[in-house]
Amino acid sequence: MVEHRTTYMTDAIGPLPYCPGCGHHFVIKALDKALVNLQLDPKEVVIVTDIGCIGLSDRYFVTNAFHGLHGRSITYGCGLKLARPELTVIVLAGDGGCGIGGAHLLNVARRNIGVTLIVANNFNYGMTGGQHSVTTPVGGVTTTTPWGNVEGPMDLCGTAVAAGAAWVARSTMFEKNLADTMTDAIKQPGFAMLDVWELCTAYYSPRNQLKKKDVDTLLDRYDCKLGVLADNPRPEYSESYREAYKAGSTATRTKTSIEQRFTSKVTKQTGIVIAGNAGQKIKSTATLFAQAAMSAGLAATQKDDYPITVMTGHSLAEIILSPQRIDYTAIETPDHLVLISAEGLERIRSRIGDLPQTSTIYTDENLDVPPTGARVVRLPLAATAAKIGRLSIAVIALGAVLKDTGMFPTEAFATAITMFQGAKIAEVNLKAVEAGASLVHPDETSSAP
Amino acid sequence: MGREFLEGNEAIARGAMKAECDFFAGYPITPASSILHYMLQLAPQIGGVAIQAEDEIASMGLCIAAAMAGRRAMTATSGPGISLYSESVGLAQIGETPMVIVNVQRQGPATGSATKGAEGDIQFTRWVTSGGLPIIALSPATVGESYELTYRAFNLAEQYRSPVFLLTSKEIGVTRESVDLDEIELPPLARRKLVEPGKTYLPHAFEHSKDVPAFSEFGGDHVARFTTSTHDQAGYLTSKPGVVQEMIDHYAAKIDTAADDMALVKEDRQDGAKTVIISYGITSRSAAVAVEQARSRGLKVSSLVLQTLWPTPERAVLSALDGVTRAVVPEMNMGQYLLEIERLAPPGVEVVGVNKMDTALISPAEILQAVEP
Repeated sequence: MVEHRTTYMTDAIGPLPYCPGCGHHFVIKALDKALVNLQLDPKEVVIVTDIGCIGLSDRYFVTNAFHGLHGRSITYGCGLKLARPELTVIVLAGDGGCGIGGAHLLNVARRNIGVTLIVANNFNYGMTGGQHSVTTPVGGVTTTTPWGNVEGPMDLCGTAVAAGAAWVARSTMFEKNLADTMTDAIKQPGFAMLDVWELCTAYYSPRNQLKKKDVDTLLDRYDCKLGVLADNPRPEYSESYREAYKAGSTATRTKTSIEQRFTSKVTKQTGIVIAGNAGQKIKSTATLFAQAAMSAGLAATQKDDYPITVMTGHSLAEIILSPQRIDYTAIETPDHLVLISAEGLERIRSRIGDLPQTSTIYTDENLDVPPTGARVVRLPLAATAAKIGRLSIAVIALGAVLKDTGMFPTEAFATAITMFQGAKIAEVNLKAVEAGASLVHPDETSSAP
Repeated sequence: MGREFLEGNEAIARGAMKAECDFFAGYPITPASSILHYMLQLAPQIGGVAIQAEDEIASMGLCIAAAMAGRRAMTATSGPGISLYSESVGLAQIGETPMVIVNVQRQGPATGSATKGAEGDIQFTRWVTSGGLPIIALSPATVGESYELTYRAFNLAEQYRSPVFLLTSKEIGVTRESVDLDEIELPPLARRKLVEPGKTYLPHAFEHSKDVPAFSEFGGDHVARFTTSTHDQAGYLTSKPGVVQEMIDHYAAKIDTAADDMALVKEDRQDGAKTVIISYGITSRSAAVAVEQARSRGLKVSSLVLQTLWPTPERAVLSALDGVTRAVVPEMNMGQYLLEIERLAPPGVEVVGVNKMDTALISPAEILQAVEP
């Protein structure tokens, strides 16, 4: 059994380092009381602190302490909680930290990761010299608003509620029940935020005559209520995550390995470029083709070229096949260029003129191929695809290439299709391989003029 | 498994899983996003957590905290994301956090070309954060090496309690290659040295400057402390110059003194060669073709391929420079690692860069031109 603790603080490193009257004294003492109320094992508690005066406080506690970068304390709290959901994680941040780390505040609330965020909110940056923060009231005089703040303050609690926080409360350094409210906050299984309004006796209070009685006036001015403002328990993120991903943990991996079952006639490094447009399954068909080549014992690489948009524009795939290791993965002179669409042709047009007669261009019969030294094979690709399936045009084209070149058997292509594609799609594509192969009759191919 | 047709990014995820990576946080960015996708699939299979963070800073924050709570953490991004990781890399250094950071380099600066390759972040990685302390960075050239070096990056992270970069590029990350991962030989899995239960835990304890402190996780047998501020061995804030210098010396020494142990290189030396090509990453593959072509034309040329970029494998570089009069350094940037070779080159060795940043690979012909101008 864990010994009963009367405090979670240590005086080993002296008294708290705060200015006389600073609200942080009250927040820290309330936190100590809350921990005493909860009687948690100090090794199971992490106090995470942000940068700012409040960030000097963690070392006065006997619990674990994590003091990180400015504005990022919530991310550390979340990392600890995701790694070890059984820990009690309490994040202490200032209004400054909530400003710079605003995205993290929104997301921890939205995700409902079970950390407790306590904001020591004193309306300005105390540590760096009294600059204004996201919570400085309009008119507030600070180092950086010398003629009065013209920025509207952010309602931290309202923001957290809007982001879906499960539990939100507001208090002040003067509230008698501050420690009890903090206890409730820490007890929440999901995300909880407690916004504590404070005096900064070094800067904000003297410059703005903000005293104890004026805090109430300020609350009224912004129509900010004290007490619990949201209490909507829902499953904590780590629990939800583990629940959702249980399925993933038992999912069987699809087989991706390829054994050699065929032989190939490829004797040197061979570059194949397939030029089409988005939506023609250029990339995935190229992958199947390369996998088929691998089943014929070849080494393969594949690079794709496409604009950052996905559903529109050109789509090129570059495949290199070789009986040896492939080092240089660029294709300077394609041995086989497959032209499937006008957009693909445009993308590669400038390279066509220089192609040597050792190269072959397989093109849809309706494309206007510029003058070239390469052998040109015109094929009714689009017309065949109209009969078999629009999405199979690249398979048809590569079926023709295989028949014409004899690089490896069309059976290898068919086998890869059966192995890696769903039954319905495979059925269409198997027909496409045959249809493509049947387009090529050695004596009927037309050459460039 | 047998031969598969994998892209480098998938091999990174598989290497991470082989290294028992059980925490991943990342933010979508081309060309690194697929690492996030693979990790979301794979990590839960071993009870791990993978999460899409709200931004890159959160990715690092989540990983650092998870690593200090005992997880084996990894994140992945590209150049723009590394800019946002910068401050957090310093946090991982000062907190002695073991973790792996993948940079799938793309053409910069700024947004640059998201889908195009480059090697523009080599010195950026070395000087990624305030303070300028030593950094560990490995650079694969193939899909297979992406797997192997990710695994090794975890080992180094654990052995040296340090963030470790894996510097790959679009040209490897999203290029598929036929590869059999099972054929790749891996060293035994390394785990961080732990403080014995019952012993006092000083989070940054060392006797000699180069010692790697034993670790105890948040939520473990000891009360743990972690701080971004200058601190003593106990993890308590200090501004005493003597203590501060001692800690800085320690962060530097644990990595610098281990440079030889971390040096991964592939040397292909030819007797009598007066020229050596020193390369890394995807460009080393063009260099390999250039070497083959040069030799087939009767030229003598040696090659040194660096898999460890930081700390600089000085012994290997000096050895490769010994006896040559010309060092050719091809890079898909305007001359970055060139600076390291120039720093190390003895008098009489001319160091020549082959540099471009037009998003195309440097060709073997372009390297050959510099070998035989």
